[in-house]
Amino acid sequence: MEKVKFVFENNVLTVKILGDIDHHSAIHVREKIDSVIFDKKPVLILLDLSLVEFMDSSGLGLILGRFTLAKDLGCDFKLYKPCATVKKILSLAGIERLMKIEGDE
Amino acid sequence: MRRAKNFMKLYLPSISVNEGLARSAVASFVAQINPTIEEISDIKCAVSEAVTNSIVHGYKYKEGQIYIGVKYYEDKTVVIEVIDKGCGIEDIDVAMAPLFTTDTSGERSGMGFAVMQTFMDKLEVKSRLNQGVRVTMIKKLG
Repeated sequence: MEKVKFVFENNVLTVKILGDIDHHSAIHVREKIDSVIFDKKPVLILLDLSLVEFMDSSGLGLILGRFTLAKDLGCDFKLYKPCATVKKILSLAGIERLMKIEGDE
Repeated sequence: MRRAKNFMKLYLPSISVNEGLARSAVASFVAQINPTIEEISDIKCAVSEAVTNSIVHGYKYKEGQIYIGVKYYEDKTVVIEVIDKGCGIEDIDVAMAPLFTTDTSGERSGMGFAVMQTFMDKLEVKSRLNQGVRVTMIKKLG
C-alpha cells in the first residue's frame, strides 16, 4: 500500500502521509519524500498529516529531518491538519515553535 | 502484592514490522477496561517507543527477542513491561534526557523516553551493560 502521496502545484509540494508513522514506516516514507523534494525543488513543502492517526517519536524525527532539509534548500515548510493525538506529541517536542501548523481547528 | 485481574505476555523478534503489532496488541488488551481514546493513544505511543528502542538501540537491528508483558488491576491500573536482552544502556540518566540520541543521521528525535515519561504516570528503566534493558511503565486509567 502507498504510504505517501504527492501533489506538486505552483511550486508547492504537498506531501500527504497515509496511515501510522513509526520507525518502521518512517524509513520508507523518508526516502520517497526526499527524492521528490530533490526532483521538484519546491518553494514550499506542506506536510499533510490529516490522515495520520498514530505517530510516535520516529514521526518527530521524520518531521524535523525534512524541516532541516527544507531549510538547507531555502524552502518553506509547514504542517497541515494534525489530529489531536498527533498534536499532543508535536507539542511535547515544541514543534509549533519551529514551524507553522495550518488547518488547525 | 495484589493479584492482576488479567495479563498478557508477548514475545516478538526484534524486527521493525512488529512495532505496529506490539502497540496494537497492547491496545486491544487494554481495551477490555474501557480506556478513553486519549488513554489508548498514550499507551500505544509509549509501547511503540519502548519496542523501537529495543530494536534500534538494544539489538542494533540484529535479531533478538523482545518480551512485552501487560497486566491490569481491579482499579484500572495498567502495568506494561518491555524487556530486551540487548546491549543495555551505559548511563540511564543521560539516555533519558530529552533530545539525547546516539544517532548521528539527524533522523531520530531523541524523544523516546520523554514520550514514555509524559504519556504514562510512571516510568522505570533498569539496565545492565551487555545484558539488556527492562522498561516498566504504569498508567492508572480514569
